[in-house]
Amino acid sequence: MDIRVHGPKAIAAERAAVDSVLGAPVPLTGHAARSRRDLLLPALHAVQSRFGWLTPGALNYISERLTVPPAELFGVATFYHLFSLTPQPPHVIYVCDDIACRIQGAEVRCAKFEAEFGPADNPVAKNGVTWRRSPCLGQCERAPATLVIEAGEAPLSYSLLQEEGLIPQFGQPRLRLLRRIGRVDPESVEAYRSDGGYRALERAIQLGPQEVIREVIASNLVGRGGAAFPTGRKWDAVAKAVARPHYVVCNADESEPGTFKDRILMEGDPFAVIEGMTIAAYATASERGYIYIRGEYPLATRRVDAAIRAARVAGLLGNDILGSGFSFDIEVRRGAGAYICGEETALFNSIEGKRGEPRNKPPFPVQAGLFGKPTVINNVETLVNVPLIILDGGQAFAGVGTSGSTGPKLFCLSGHIVRPGLYEVPFGCTLREVIEMAGGVPNGKQIQAILLGGAAGTFIGPEKLDVPLTFEGTRAIGATLGSGVVMIFDETVDMTDILTRVAAFFRDESCGQCVPCRVGTVRQEELLARLKSGKTIGTKADELALLKEIGQAMRDASICGLGQTASNAIESALANLKLPIL
Amino acid sequence: MSTSDPIWFTPPPRPSRPPAPPEQPEATQVDIRIDGQPARVPGTMTILEACRSRGIDTPTLCYLENLTPVNVCRVCVVELAGARTLAPACSRKVEAGMDIQTNSDRVKLARKMVLEFLGSSVDLSTAPQAQSYIKRYEARPERYGSDVETVDQPVKIDNDLYVRDYSKCILCYKCVEACGTDAQNTFAIAVAARGFDARISTENDVPLPESACVYCGNCIGVCPTGALMFKSEYEMRQAGTWDETRQTKTDTICPYCGVGCTLTLHTQDNRIVKVTSPLDVDVTHGHLCIKGRFGFEFVQNREENSGSDG
Repeated sequence: MDIRVHGPKAIAAERAAVDSVLGAPVPLTGHAARSRRDLLLPALHAVQSRFGWLTPGALNYISERLTVPPAELFGVATFYHLFSLTPQPPHVIYVCDDIACRIQGAEVRCAKFEAEFGPADNPVAKNGVTWRRSPCLGQCERAPATLVIEAGEAPLSYSLLQEEGLIPQFGQPRLRLLRRIGRVDPESVEAYRSDGGYRALERAIQLGPQEVIREVIASNLVGRGGAAFPTGRKWDAVAKAVARPHYVVCNADESEPGTFKDRILMEGDPFAVIEGMTIAAYATASERGYIYIRGEYPLATRRVDAAIRAARVAGLLGNDILGSGFSFDIEVRRGAGAYICGEETALFNSIEGKRGEPRNKPPFPVQAGLFGKPTVINNVETLVNVPLIILDGGQAFAGVGTSGSTGPKLFCLSGHIVRPGLYEVPFGCTLREVIEMAGGVPNGKQIQAILLGGAAGTFIGPEKLDVPLTFEGTRAIGATLGSGVVMIFDETVDMTDILTRVAAFFRDESCGQCVPCRVGTVRQEELLARLKSGKTIGTKADELALLKEIGQAMRDASICGLGQTASNAIESALANLKLPIL
Repeated sequence: MSTSDPIWFTPPPRPSRPPAPPEQPEATQVDIRIDGQPARVPGTMTILEACRSRGIDTPTLCYLENLTPVNVCRVCVVELAGARTLAPACSRKVEAGMDIQTNSDRVKLARKMVLEFLGSSVDLSTAPQAQSYIKRYEARPERYGSDVETVDQPVKIDNDLYVRDYSKCILCYKCVEACGTDAQNTFAIAVAARGFDARISTENDVPLPESACVYCGNCIGVCPTGALMFKSEYEMRQAGTWDETRQTKTDTICPYCGVGCTLTLHTQDNRIVKVTSPLDVDVTHGHLCIKGRFGFEFVQNREENSGSDG
């Protein structure tokens, strides 16, 4: 393929940034060069992080080195919101104005930043800083959240609240998933091993791949990312798939508003994620794994990166792991600001260096996933359950919780709650119990609404507090557990404002591929604005009927889960809450 | 050898077209139901092909026989018994036992809404196919009011051969496919940005002459809405002289090289106003190069310059 670039040639610094990812230039062309396209996103990150924006010279250089046509590269670069195609100051502060932070003073903070640094998205730096509004940053337990992304020769990105808070249940003896958080050094493989780490992998190797899969099937573990698909069945399908190679992918692109569990797991116990992935790889005969971490999680990325390097040194990744003859290694990939990349097939496209657009299913990932090969893709929390299953046995794991929902479960409590944070309970606890565990609603206020499962989830009213937080329990009241979000809104919250923000979230995060979602999310947002302002077309009843039709079309005809769930929260709020716009 | 045989060798007649690919083993037949009627069709068929083979007209916008289905417009969705969501007929293969509804309430609603979404955000004035679907499914794009977001934007005229009016673009991805591996392998355009802001673009939105474009015009050939248009057609429409009822189509063979592409010349008032190629011709599958697509001016120049030479 002839790559025709125009405009500036890369200067030395631009070439150096790209070469830091792609290696020193070797005369690769054609298929050989294009086969490295999975390094496209890391190369873009390197340029963004060095210069604060994607300079034309560097883009041209990436085009030439990977033989990716400039138009296609432009299409990929403009897909992700953390990349800038125009110059911007070296410090960008992302201020979360999403639902959990809105009710904790996000607007006040935005006003403060505006006074200090000028209007949002100001391309002209005031004190070297610009700020912009952001969807949920996954730090809802310390709302309102902010993230500083630096650019430069040795940039360091961090959240404005530097200290890592302890988990509220710290020190409780019955924790399983969270037992090491805050107690075992997340940067030391020795500390992890002396706390029982990697015993599950040793046990798995004794059992053999088929027995491992049998245990996972017996545990009835289902995915914790939101879709709740049986993990054992996924593994079994990939293990039996004839096509090679097989891949294991860890979905750590946690972006569902109100969700922060995977971040805390990766920051506090990164080796557990790696051990879970390694067992998955062993069971499914995969030699290569990818962990795709949300771009807004710099600390989690650093910890996981360091843990992978330490595991390699300790012979726990790489060739001949634990002398078993089994080889497996993991690469980290950073997302770049796109909620949609948490959708599994969009995530594959993103790793492959393409736009993060979901694929039509079938084929499913177990048949044709990453690079078109059979792929196990599991959420972070799902994988952290795996060592427990191997050590305790699938039967014992299945004995915890209810028959339909087994094992321990993490819930992300945020909003109007005394002790927001990540909580672990065995499946079966009621919503009321979990809320009481977190100290209830502050200042003696009443609960107005609870959001279960995030923006793609369901609003329920306080009369439903006794619902058991299980898959079957929430399903029975027409709700969903989703990713484990429990967000509390007290009586003072303007729920119309919250719904408007949810609608804006889906409009901003739609990939734009299919018509129902691309236009439907915009029409839904416009309709809510009309209801809010009272300038309805026809009667309110007409508008509500139209809203239902928009929701139905998105749910039925969208390609992926984003469009299919983009009306859930709004429709459930209109059905279950007493809203002034009605 | 008999004495009547000639002493020289007579070559067999030359094939009139390239040799056909080796015969595929016949596809297994599967039993399905379409709208309650049992049907037996090859298992390699898509739902769309199965529907069309039974005479069921299924609307499509982003689908074209000569391109890989991208199933993005969702106007072809059908209901499958037992499935949570509707399925795109254009890309989904039939499976044994499939129970397909092409006209259920859910299907009709989804198709109507897709058409309303497009009709309320895109200028469909030069998209007769989409307009006919809007009538068929009783879509009312106007019910969203006049204060709605649209993709309205200035027309891009940056070269002598064709015009890009993305106010008319439904983002069907066809032009990107035709520019890429489905036909031309030039990759001058791609989808950029995302969500409602997603658009077809060259790198940094540079004008076509600065891009990799080779002006094959295959993007125009596949565009379903007139967002991409011959400059000749655009100018005649602006002047109000474009009149398809006065146009005739004549198939001929391109005079330029030895490939022998079939051209369809669209003529109005004895002048060529547009060139296409039939989708079902083996040589082109509807795709041409710059010479076949745009190299017709010499015909009319001869008329103009030497007048009596015709």
